[in-house]
This record gives sequence, structure tokens and C-alpha cells, in this order.
Amino acid sequence: MESLTTEGLTPSTALPARLATQFSVSPSVCYQCKKCSAGCPLTFAMDLLPDTVIRLALLGQEEALLRCRTIWVCASCVTCTTRCPNGIDIAGVMDWLKEEAVRRGVAMPQPEVATFHRYFLDSIRRGGGRLSETALMQRYTLFQLRHRPNLTELVRQLKLGWELFRRRRLRLWGPPALKGRQDIRAIFEKAGA
Amino acid sequence: MQVSYYPGCSLEGTAADYAASISAVAPLLGVELLELEDWNCCGASAAHSLNHELAVALPGRNLALARKRGLDVVVPCALCFNRLKAAEKEMAEPAARPVRIWDLLDFLTQETFLTQVSRRLVKPLTGLKAVAYYGCLSARPPQITDKPDWENPTAMDRLLEVLGAEALDWSYKTDCCGAGLAVARPDIIDTLVGRLYDRALAAGAECFVVSCQMCQANLDLTQSRISEKTGKRYYLPVLYFTELLGLALGHPEAAGWLSRHLVDPRPLLTGKGLL
Repeated sequence: MESLTTEGLTPSTALPARLATQFSVSPSVCYQCKKCSAGCPLTFAMDLLPDTVIRLALLGQEEALLRCRTIWVCASCVTCTTRCPNGIDIAGVMDWLKEEAVRRGVAMPQPEVATFHRYFLDSIRRGGGRLSETALMQRYTLFQLRHRPNLTELVRQLKLGWELFRRRRLRLWGPPALKGRQDIRAIFEKAGA
Repeated sequence: MQVSYYPGCSLEGTAADYAASISAVAPLLGVELLELEDWNCCGASAAHSLNHELAVALPGRNLALARKRGLDVVVPCALCFNRLKAAEKEMAEPAARPVRIWDLLDFLTQETFLTQVSRRLVKPLTGLKAVAYYGCLSARPPQITDKPDWENPTAMDRLLEVLGAEALDWSYKTDCCGAGLAVARPDIIDTLVGRLYDRALAAGAECFVVSCQMCQANLDLTQSRISEKTGKRYYLPVLYFTELLGLALGHPEAAGWLSRHLVDPRPLLTGKGLL
């Protein structure tokens, strides 16, 4: 039998207060109708249901939230926020938790999604303002090869790349250099991204 | 009529087919699309997931460019549209010269354009059974998008009826296809998109009609993979509403746009005598 531990159970009393100031409607108005979870199309891939995320946030269970799979599986379709009878921005809370998890360097149950997002932002910054889909896909494919090599998946990706290329839908050159690339650099620097 | 046009990054790449049909169809309706000069990426899901400030500042720059020009902005990509609207809501100071941000579908389905289209129909899409698939972010959340009909949008259904096609009723119009996870979690996409295929078929559809290039890619590029995985051999072409507009208005390049999809819509349309 595992020894009893209080690790992870120490609540962060600051969390509900921080969320209350972060959003125009405080998540503490949640009365647990679970409409968010009922309408969420991604629950099949989640470890915590959206209503549980809100509940745990109110209970200050920061550790459990920052380490959960749910926040990275959330597809940001915003059905939850749209349907919440109390106006809680549940999808916004998910985003807030993602940002916080990355900022704190929390070990993620599945780093793929955050890595993809990070490469996406890098690509905009490096390209001077617009995304190069091709560069993003190349870099992400290399990450996948290192992280979880899968030959079948690689072959599929290459085939898809070829299918797009021959339909003139794969741009091999990068995005145009923007006149405002200094603005873009400043925006990234100010945001610390 | 002149409007600013914000194409977004993927219309310069994987959605070049969508871009081509938009550029061709707009002038047919007397719309001059003036690309927003020096526009930048809106930051998409990556920015709003990892850095809230960036997620407002990046589209904020585009909004500033649009306000400087003073024309309404038309946006084909649902995510770009959503981020521009979000930036508009978050930027504290009221604009000296506010401009309206339009989702392309809403813009082109205004009554005045629908009337024009019905008068100038060259090739009615008779016999084409389609489901209109709107996706998430052009409609949700209404606090951001200012849409009145976020649970049951009808703009595309109305357009399809005007074009002579049959727009079938179904309950998955705005259900998420998971496009933001398409690269990092393809396994999740297989479930979400497979569900959409099955529901579309159950409604009697022969194709999807979309207005978002993320939805298009996610339903089109994955179809062979999902067919292989489920053994169901799906054949459900995913058409842009602008392609059908072009086809029905007799644009000579319509077949060319359609040839750039992975699930080739030409056999379906040829079979109906529409190509």
C-alpha cells in the first residue's frame, strides 16, 4: 500500500483570487451545472472534465491543474464559455492554465501541443511577422522524430507534403519581409515571447 | 464596393485554393478586396494558448492598420476573424475611426449579394446534397463575434438554397473539428472528424460546404487516413462556399480550384452534370 502523502493536496489559496482578478466574471460563480462538460466535444480525451477544472481551481488545486492533460487537449472551440449560464470564461481559464504551466516549466503529460504552439510563435518571430507553414512543419517533424519516432507517420507526412506540393499548396519560400518587422519584434519583446 | 481584405497566413500557403476562389468571386459581385498592406499573423491558437498579451497585440497591429485605412475588413479565416474581434474587444480606447470586422461568409451573404447571385445564376447546383459546416470560431463566443445565431447559423444554408443546392439539416454545424490539434494530436482528430463524416452521411449529404480553411484542411487532408483506420471508405468532398459561388456564377476557373483538393470533388460534380 502506498504511504499516505499530503503532496499535491496543499491548496494554493492564491489561485482562486488570481483567477477572480484575471477574468471579468470570477469562476467562483460556478454552481456546477456541468453544462460545460456536457457540451465539450473533447471529453473523450481528457483526464479532468471542464467543470472539474473549474472546481479544482476554486479549491486551489494548482498542481493537479498545471499537470493535467485536459488543458492541452482543449481545442479552444469555446463551446463551454459560450454556454456557461453564469458567464464564466472556461476556455479562457484553460488558456490561463496553459500559459502558467509553460511559464513555470511544469512537466507536461504530453509536450506535443505546447511544442507545436511554441514553434508556431517562433516561426512568426523569425519570419518577421507571418507564419511559414512549411518551416513550422519541418521543425515539428524533426521534433517528432526525436521525441516519438514513428516511421509510418513520417511516411504519411511526406506523402501529404508531396500531395500539397503538386497542387501548388506548399510554399517553399518564406513569407514576405514586412515593413513593420521592427513592430513585430517589439511586440514579441514586450510580451516576453 | 471597396473593403480591406485580411487573408491570413494559410491563404498564402496550404489554402491557396481558397484564396484563388475568393479573389475570383468577389469582383463578380462588385466587391473590390484591397489587401491590408503589411498585415501580420494573428498569432492563432499558439498565441492565445501561450501568451495572452501576444494574442491581443499581434491582431491589434492589424486592427490599427485597418483603422488607418478606414475601410471595413473582410476575413476569410475563422480563427483570424476571431482573434481580430478579440483584439477589438480588449483594446481599451475607443477607435477614432472604427471599422467593422466581417467574417467573409457573413459579408458575402448579405441580402444585396444574395439577390445579385440569384439573378445572375448561370449554373444552378441542382441535385447537390450538402451540409453546411460552419465550425467554431466564426460564431463563438458571441461576446466576441457579435453573432446573433451562434448555435444555429444559417447564412451558408441560405446561400446554398439560392445557388440551387439542397442544404440538409443536421446538428453538427458548429461542432468542433479540432483543427488546432491536427498536427500535434492526429488521433483526436480521427475521432472528431470521423464523427462529422458519419453525421453528414446520416443526414444524406454528398459533400461538406465550409467557409474556414482550417475546417477544410482538417476534413479533407485526413479523409484517406480516417477511411483507412475505420475501413469505411469515405467519399465526402469538402468545398468552399466561394468555389460553389464561382461554379454557379459560371466562373471559368472553378474546376481549377476544385482540382487542388485532396478528396477530388470533380467526380461528384461531373456526375451531377455541374462540371
